Amino acid sequence: MTYTNRADGSQINQPTARAQTGAHSGKTQVNRLAGGQIDQQSSINFSFDGKQYQGHPGDTLASALLANNVRLMARSFKYHRPRGVLTSDSAEPNALVELRTGARQEPNTRATTAELFDGLVAKSQNRSPSLKYDFMAINDRFSNFLTAGFYYKTFMWPVSFWEKIYEPIIRKAAGLGSLSLEEDPDEYDKGFLHCDLLVVGGGPSGLSAALTAGRAGAQVILADEDYLFGGRLNGETFGIGEQSGQDWVAATVAELHSLPNVRCMSRTTVNGAYDHGIYSAVERVSDHLPVPPEGKPRQILWRIYSKRTLLCAGAIERPIAFENNDRPGIMLASAMRDYANRWAVTAAHKVAIFTNNDDGHRTAVDLIAKGVKVAAVIDTRADAPRIADCELLAGAQVIDTSGRLGLKFIKVRLADGSERSIECGALGVSGGWNPNVHMTCHQRGRPIWNEQISAFVPGEDSIPGMTVAGAANGDFSTAAALETGSAQAVAALGDLGIKTSKIDLPQAEDAPVNIQPFWHVRHGKGRAWLDQQNDVTVKDVKLAHQENYRSVEHLKRYTTLGMATDQGKTSNMGGLAIMAELTGQSIPETGTTIFRPPYSPVAMGTWGGRARGKDFHPVRETPSHKWALENGASFVEVGNWLRVQWFSQPGETHWRESVDREVRAVRASVGVCDVTTLGKIDIQGTDAAPFLNTVYANAFAKLAVGKTRYGLMLREDGNAMDDGTTARLSEHHFVMTTTTANAVEVYRHMEFVRQCLFPDMDVQLISTTEAWAQYAVAGPNSRKLLQKIVDPEFDLSNEGFEFMACREITVCGGLRARLFRISFSGELAYEIAVPTRYGDALFRRIMEAGKEFDVVAYGTEALGVMRIEKGHAAGNELNGTITALNLGMGRMVSKKKDSIGSTMSEREGMNLPDALNMVGFKPVNSADKVTAGGHLMTKGTPVDAEHDQGYVTSACYSPILNSSIGLGFLKDGANRMGEIVSLVSPVTNLNVDVEVVNPQFVDPEGVRVRA
Amino acid sequence: MHDLKPITPLWGTVAQVDNIGGMRISECPDWALASVASRRGKEDAAAAAAAKFLGFDLPDVARCATKEPFAAFWMGPHQWMIEAPHDTHEDLAAQVTAAVGENASVTEQTDGWVRFDLEGPHCHSVLELLCNANTRAMDQGAALRTQLAHLGCFLICRKTGTHFSVIGPRSSAGSLRNALITAVKSAT
Amino acid sequence: MIINHPLLGPRDAQEFTFLGSASLIDRPDWQAEDALEQFSDYTYLRNDTGGENRELWFHEAGDRSWLVVTRNTFTHEITNVEMASDVARARGRSK
Repeated sequence: MTYTNRADGSQINQPTARAQTGAHSGKTQVNRLAGGQIDQQSSINFSFDGKQYQGHPGDTLASALLANNVRLMARSFKYHRPRGVLTSDSAEPNALVELRTGARQEPNTRATTAELFDGLVAKSQNRSPSLKYDFMAINDRFSNFLTAGFYYKTFMWPVSFWEKIYEPIIRKAAGLGSLSLEEDPDEYDKGFLHCDLLVVGGGPSGLSAALTAGRAGAQVILADEDYLFGGRLNGETFGIGEQSGQDWVAATVAELHSLPNVRCMSRTTVNGAYDHGIYSAVERVSDHLPVPPEGKPRQILWRIYSKRTLLCAGAIERPIAFENNDRPGIMLASAMRDYANRWAVTAAHKVAIFTNNDDGHRTAVDLIAKGVKVAAVIDTRADAPRIADCELLAGAQVIDTSGRLGLKFIKVRLADGSERSIECGALGVSGGWNPNVHMTCHQRGRPIWNEQISAFVPGEDSIPGMTVAGAANGDFSTAAALETGSAQAVAALGDLGIKTSKIDLPQAEDAPVNIQPFWHVRHGKGRAWLDQQNDVTVKDVKLAHQENYRSVEHLKRYTTLGMATDQGKTSNMGGLAIMAELTGQSIPETGTTIFRPPYSPVAMGTWGGRARGKDFHPVRETPSHKWALENGASFVEVGNWLRVQWFSQPGETHWRESVDREVRAVRASVGVCDVTTLGKIDIQGTDAAPFLNTVYANAFAKLAVGKTRYGLMLREDGNAMDDGTTARLSEHHFVMTTTTANAVEVYRHMEFVRQCLFPDMDVQLISTTEAWAQYAVAGPNSRKLLQKIVDPEFDLSNEGFEFMACREITVCGGLRARLFRISFSGELAYEIAVPTRYGDALFRRIMEAGKEFDVVAYGTEALGVMRIEKGHAAGNELNGTITALNLGMGRMVSKKKDSIGSTMSEREGMNLPDALNMVGFKPVNSADKVTAGGHLMTKGTPVDAEHDQGYVTSACYSPILNSSIGLGFLKDGANRMGEIVSLVSPVTNLNVDVEVVNPQFVDPEGVRVRA
Repeated sequence: MHDLKPITPLWGTVAQVDNIGGMRISECPDWALASVASRRGKEDAAAAAAAKFLGFDLPDVARCATKEPFAAFWMGPHQWMIEAPHDTHEDLAAQVTAAVGENASVTEQTDGWVRFDLEGPHCHSVLELLCNANTRAMDQGAALRTQLAHLGCFLICRKTGTHFSVIGPRSSAGSLRNALITAVKSAT
Repeated sequence: MIINHPLLGPRDAQEFTFLGSASLIDRPDWQAEDALEQFSDYTYLRNDTGGENRELWFHEAGDRSWLVVTRNTFTHEITNVEMASDVARARGRSK
């Protein structure tokens, strides 16, 4: 079948003469043709490297630049070679530009996918001072030295040169675009979608599949990275049925839009295939606008849950390598066709085609139809068919090109060996097509070689739940795409139990693939480019082979072929073919590299979504938060909680002044601290007591109703996990408190014990952490203060409500509340809890009622000072390596019962005579400081790990003792009271003498708490 | 009567309502909550006692049942949350405890949570920016627990397509409201 | 990954917290003669075999159920999901 037959009756009516372009663009857009899927009636302004241009709605930056006769768009990565576009889509390796200005400046954006909008500012990259005159182009002269492996070979010696000399130079030279270094002003969303069938790609196969599934009533998502659906149909001239390809697309998309069960997502790149039908996709919501509309995101990262997926990602044309094949104006033949048909643009008035297959000829036909002069079609095949109405050079090859900043001449070696120079401003190259197998490799699926089309096609079942249709599967004709798209949709829905049948498909082009594999032209010593993004040449691959890098993976890493933003979409195949040639193996024997997500580059902001800055994580506010804000609080984040560190009063200039005042006030009279953040777990059931006996190392079963007990929770390995207090409200009802930081882990652990270890215990758990506002009221006057709050029928006397008592009470005239007599500070103290909605009011009431006692509110710093003074272990001490014995609680671990960690606590290694004991420390010289993190050495021994005696975990200044104090762990510490040891940190040159003391600095007899 | 003035989770004396883009986000502080979990071996007795108290059966997995003045939704195996108007049922936990006796464990949950009701025609478009729940498949009475704006929340469909409740941790009410408003602005 | 919860159906693995081998259900008897040895093995020793494994996952952002998930660590294929409490009972952990 010839092209003429195919086109018969189905071609869009195009004027054959070069267009009389619109009044707006007549002067500057010298390369603009007629027609195209752009709005030639209106013009939009944009700039490139400071120069103003005009384009039309529907243009990309690349098509608009070509229309304005700008072929030179970039300088290459390594050699700073002048480059233009190679493609018309997201596979583009060359035309990477900086878009926009100021904080929105985005580097390394493909001009081929950037939609033109009015006022777009674009800049070229990797050049200085300008694209035309680039100093670093000197690299190109030294290319003999900058070959594959150059970095490895050159910057190794001397070692001392690396950090100071080599790295800064390389860093400056490397990379392409530059960052604004300003905060991104745009917002990004993340979202979640569910569907029966996800169709990736909206070309003929994808549209046919979506229509089939949509009509069957299935939940369908159709996603395409382009802003127009249609895929290759947008760049072709042949029709479908009685319609033009574009009209068929428009009608199909209109029907899909009318179906409520189909979601059509354009500008959406499905970029990763994850386990069990989860796909990621980036929707570019506002990239085609100057700025996103108020409240709208720039992009959305979608997580798509699909039951079945159909990959309709099409195919990517591959180039042929020949000398100087990278000049601006040399591009893929399909790109040349796209620019002419879709965007009504030609890169030059006179072009040529270099191909090894029939498809290349189609470009010549289409350009001739658009009025562009095609100098010749050069076909490597001796028996090349004559398809286009222009000169055909069969059995010929392009062996070199010339033109400093853009193509001027190509040199052709004819079938008879003679050479001929042809003048042309653009050359379309076609080496055949590669099915776009990218996503089928995301779970390590390996493509397989198909001899008939000389390309890799997806392996069977490479992604569970995913099938492939159309060109992505090697079915290249339009008819086959429509057919397989519909058939695969029917099969996928069948898997889900949705019965349907193929839709009636219109007639379409059905040309067989006619190709003779041809990878690179053998000629001369010049450089033939394989990977234009990484400046990898045929010679580099040969060098890698010569230096014994023969596996494809090694080849890739040694030469950098196929790396960076395009992931070798247009280059991997060529490198592989040359490697095969060098090793004398076939291509499938040589292997193939596979692809990883994402399919195309994703902006960092998109990965972050809304979780940035102040919204990085949710905030948890305590019930006294508002009062704290009104009263000079400084806050600290504890997990998501905002806790008060201290309250600054007028005149206080240093945090220590505030903290010291708070500590003194509590110990002298009374203070209040919001302890709502402590985890609270409600434990009920007839087995609640034995359950607690299991999760706590110490005994709980005999705890009396109305009493509270300290509990130490161990991990199964015998190390401390958490501690807290648990109150018995009734026979079968307990309330546990956990540390703020461990609340989630403790709850999870207790559910594990309940469900996995003792599934038939009658015990029920639920968190009540924030249902209750809980305040510690501490200090010698705490009872007097609470007597003004607690309703009078409840006896708060020492006899009526003794140390460690708990009770459900009422406050302020009848509000239900809970009262616990527990103390972290070592003073007479209580914790009082009310339903959270009354928490703000209660806090204010307590502060009001406490005025006569000079009550203070205190924060976590004062809380910390007082617990160190009292020798209470906290998070610093429960560091995951500490046992009950280390904490001085060895005897608390009951041996009469089975509790988590009790058996392993008996291990010999955990009970050595010189085990660490928690002790206190005071500096010998009162001017010295105890520093947490410092290590302890016996006086006179060397300061090294071998002689390490322990370490300090917590330290503070005690305003009560007027001294720095600390807590920590010391070998056999319990028997070393009074000893002077060295507290050292070789890193910070710390070395002070400290005395080992009882960790209970304040009230070691515990008189105050029982007062 | 005590004289402590309650505040809403968003620190107000009255509930906050935001109308944006045809959607309404309202803080709903006027609900008392109590969890009820049946005791081991007392599942049937607990269910019967609860049904008698509520006037309807405790709902099945991932469902919410409603009959004024009560609603109840499934939280986990053998565990439900009961909702009732706060004005008349501030002591809901005590009432439920009295009803179920030793057949179930009841815990007051009223102030552990903030409830936001999301109403309007774009509920699905808003919620798909916030959580992975397939809300389009949720009909009236569907209830599930999900991660919403990094917060563990209950999501309850009060009316198919147009009315959902998001019940999240009270201490993060501000963050949750912010996330809801941001999503509404983005989706509408 | 998607975990097919026995009660709730398919749920995203992001909602779950992973613990480790389901052998943690088989906690030894503390009164056994060689209890310490058994606990050491229970706490520290695991067969590190690729392929099909039974694992404990906690539906933390869901219904708070512990699940036993049978998962192939080569392919991530999940072939069975059970309530851990059912598994525990079946393995003799009833009171």
